[in-house]
Amino acid sequence: MAYALQQLINGLTLGAMYGLIAIGYTMVYGIIGMINFAHGDIFMVSAFIAITAFTLLAAADVTSIPLALTFVLVVAIFFTSAYGWAVERTAYRPLRGSTRLAPLISAIGMSIFLQNAVQLTQGARVKPIPPVLEGGVVLWDAPGFAVQIGWSQLLIIVTTVVLMIAFTWMITQTPFGRQQRACEQDRTMAGLLGVNVDRTISLTFMLGAALAAVAGVMVTVYYGVVDFFIGFLAGIKAFTAAVLGGIGSLPGAMLGGLLIGLIEAFWAAYLWAEYKDVATFSILCLVLMLRPSGLLGRPEVEKV
Amino acid sequence: MTTLLSVRNLTMRFGGLTAIDDLSLEVPAGRITGIIGPNGAGKTTLFNCLTGFYKPTFGTLRLAHPRRGEIRLEALASHRVARDAQVVRTFQNIRLFPKMTVLENLIVAQHNVLQRASRFSLAGLLGLPGYRRAERHAIERAAMWLERLKLEALADHAAGDLPYGIQRRIEIARALCVEPVLLCLDEPAAGLNPRESAELNELLLYLCRELGMTILLIEHDMSVVMNVSDHIGVINYGRKIAEGPPDKVKHDPHVIKAYLGEDDEVGEIEGVAP
Amino acid sequence: MSAIVFAHHSMTPAERLRDAGWVAFVGLVLGIPLIGLTTVDVGGRLAVDTRFGLLAVFVAAAFSGRLALRWALDRLRTRKLARDRTSTATAADRARGAQRAVNLLGWIALGAAVALPIFYSDNRYVVDTATTVLIYVMLGWGLNVVVGLAGLLDLGYVAFYAVGAYAYALLSTQFGWSFWEALPVAGAIAAGFGILLGYPILRLRGDYLAIVTLGFGEIIRVILVNWTELSGGPNGIGSIPRPSFFGLEFARRAPEGEQTFAGFFGLEFSAMHRIIFLYYLILVLALLTHVFVSRLRKLPVGRAWEALREDEIACKAMGMNTTHIKLSAFAIGAMLGGFAGVFFAARQGFISPESFTFTESAIILAIVVLGGMGSQMGVVLAATLLVLIPEFGRNFAEYRMLLFGMAMVLIMVWKPGGLLAHREPTLRLKPLDTAARGREGAR
Repeated sequence: MAYALQQLINGLTLGAMYGLIAIGYTMVYGIIGMINFAHGDIFMVSAFIAITAFTLLAAADVTSIPLALTFVLVVAIFFTSAYGWAVERTAYRPLRGSTRLAPLISAIGMSIFLQNAVQLTQGARVKPIPPVLEGGVVLWDAPGFAVQIGWSQLLIIVTTVVLMIAFTWMITQTPFGRQQRACEQDRTMAGLLGVNVDRTISLTFMLGAALAAVAGVMVTVYYGVVDFFIGFLAGIKAFTAAVLGGIGSLPGAMLGGLLIGLIEAFWAAYLWAEYKDVATFSILCLVLMLRPSGLLGRPEVEKV
Repeated sequence: MTTLLSVRNLTMRFGGLTAIDDLSLEVPAGRITGIIGPNGAGKTTLFNCLTGFYKPTFGTLRLAHPRRGEIRLEALASHRVARDAQVVRTFQNIRLFPKMTVLENLIVAQHNVLQRASRFSLAGLLGLPGYRRAERHAIERAAMWLERLKLEALADHAAGDLPYGIQRRIEIARALCVEPVLLCLDEPAAGLNPRESAELNELLLYLCRELGMTILLIEHDMSVVMNVSDHIGVINYGRKIAEGPPDKVKHDPHVIKAYLGEDDEVGEIEGVAP
Repeated sequence: MSAIVFAHHSMTPAERLRDAGWVAFVGLVLGIPLIGLTTVDVGGRLAVDTRFGLLAVFVAAAFSGRLALRWALDRLRTRKLARDRTSTATAADRARGAQRAVNLLGWIALGAAVALPIFYSDNRYVVDTATTVLIYVMLGWGLNVVVGLAGLLDLGYVAFYAVGAYAYALLSTQFGWSFWEALPVAGAIAAGFGILLGYPILRLRGDYLAIVTLGFGEIIRVILVNWTELSGGPNGIGSIPRPSFFGLEFARRAPEGEQTFAGFFGLEFSAMHRIIFLYYLILVLALLTHVFVSRLRKLPVGRAWEALREDEIACKAMGMNTTHIKLSAFAIGAMLGGFAGVFFAARQGFISPESFTFTESAIILAIVVLGGMGSQMGVVLAATLLVLIPEFGRNFAEYRMLLFGMAMVLIMVWKPGGLLAHREPTLRLKPLDTAARGREGAR
């Protein structure tokens, strides 16, 4: 029981991070209908930016944790959004309106490029940093097993919740959110009605990248190690989360992320840890076969 | 007059929306039946139910196939509707195989015959005479329809590169290659200029009068519907509001109301010579 | 969809400078965290290292590169406009020209491929690289069936390659099967996996299909890594027997009662014999694949694949069973991938899951798409380019994949339809030559 509770906490933490990345996939898919294959690598870039920023702060003897976290978040969000923007501008925008496959290939190329660019400039080795947030609170001191929520886990969950609220507000209440939704439903019409479609798509990529940046910082805080390959698996799992929740749906992406996190944590704890990626992929296949619209997505009627 | 297709109590719901509501309709054999109705009345949904793309919520679709006896269309998957029941359709928004040539489009329509002749590609791979003969026949049939529809000069052009009006004709030629028992045309005159639409009239009359084909026609262009149809069904909000020969339907108060609104100004439907 | 074409507008020098300045600024922002700063390991702890010199070079390169690119693009466009205005060639002329060029290219490539080992009979590196190119050509032709012809986006094609390779490795090391016995069986097993994968995902649309096939590829790889009893785990399977030349081994000394290739032909033993034999073997396998796929394309099943790519709903309306069509594409594509896998295992003599990563799938897919979907010759061109471009930069081996990713993006942006986008009809009502003659007569 205590063990299960601990897995629940671990799973929620993991799921919150997947959810943050999944939102980027869902928004991009919603607006231009493509899988942004490089999104996982954007997340990876942000983790490297976070590592550098944390190391810089340590060198400057900054000891205040809130200050350090705020600084790293701001820096990571700024630079990662720039990457999100640049990827869309160079690899996707020229291909808008061409075949469906072209942008996907270009996205895969971009993903390979980013991975190797980071490997070349930052080194292929795993980068460890000293723990940023140590310790936590013991929630339940059961006999033989203490259920604990780490400060870093708490940080991740709280940040995610706050971001989700802010994000929902932005999409539903602000002019940008309105334009974003308009473009999602009918890009041509939105353009005719005076919405700057290019700008909206760019902003969507930057927002997705910003959320991935937060996830990147959180991963760095939580695990303390980063390498250039983390983007691939994280990206696929986050995409799975987006599909599971119903692609195009923001709450769905979050819900899907949480579910994937939980499934992974419990699968690894109770079944075979080495096959946990198989579990994710199998879920993905099952969801797509049985309920392609996902948990919260609207079913599509085949148009004839 | 024998009935080829009889639609009974057809109902199609999408969630809370009832697109077709208890519709019954008879399609006489060897005639042209027109289906008209305002936008969103459920005409294309009727076609989709008929050709297996939608599973009707309720109702029966009985086809009296001249060689295979009675076939219940509502129980068949879409490809079997075309293959086994030989009910073949065209689409409102033209669905050709755009990168393939016109001839290839017409050959693909004969896929099932050719695939059988190729013995699942084995005879085809070996180039056996049986398959070669079948392929030659298929090309001859395609060439015949291309000639009758005045398309032979374009046979080797990519279908997607051709003008809209010609694509409409190609789609009909392709459907004809399946040897339809019932040919369903979804707005074949949409986007055609007056000359092209007059040619379409001629073509439809030729298919029906000369070749004895049964045609079900959805159309907005009244000059086409009223001039070629033997029988017209009018649908509004998923329900049949009138049925009968063109002259009767034209003066039906329900039909006029559906087209011109509640206003009591009684008039003729646009585009029809009095 | 028709694009709105704007009148061509040439940039003034000031505009060009501003444009390049903007690109340089973006380069600066992107460069700061990755190029300008890096973390290095100093005594077990990370420390930040600055490389502002390198960053300055990068930004300068971005600036001048953009200027040069703009200039080159403008030149190209002006020239193309001028050419279009003067050109009187009709579409049929162009199609005929393209078809001739592709045919000619094919024959030249074939001649070069056959002659290559004769000219490089003592250069192992060249023959080995050419063998690698041919493996990718074969894989590309296999995947071309699924992606290029049937339009089913498969991102896990490497799984079938792996299945073929492991099937041969296991059949030969565990049951002592020879290469030629195992080849058809391994192909059949791979085809079975193709159907196994194809069946559940029949209903999925393009992008979803892509992601599920990707997942399938990864599942196969994870199983290969973890199911140690079967696959040897991460260590893989070693000492896989090499193919023999009709029973003649390529070895210095033959086992009891057998002969070696060199001994039988009275040649001096050379390690190159096997290398060259393997090269011709894959050449033959690839050519067979080519003949097989080209013939299938002209059969009902091949036209059905293309029709499926063009419009699935129209296929159904024509009475085609799209389930069978999709499964046949998956099965045949998988089988060809399996054959390539068998050859790969036999050539390497050792396989491990590391050879079957997603990157490999991405490379094969890139070959198909960059070559021009459905174009057999395009696959050859793209495979040659993608294998050779990184090889030319072998001195900077670490830039290999970077260049690769960049090439994928650039070629797509430059030619979204692929390098050889011309599609040759599977049959014609009037053969091209008579059509041309008829027109000339009319003149």
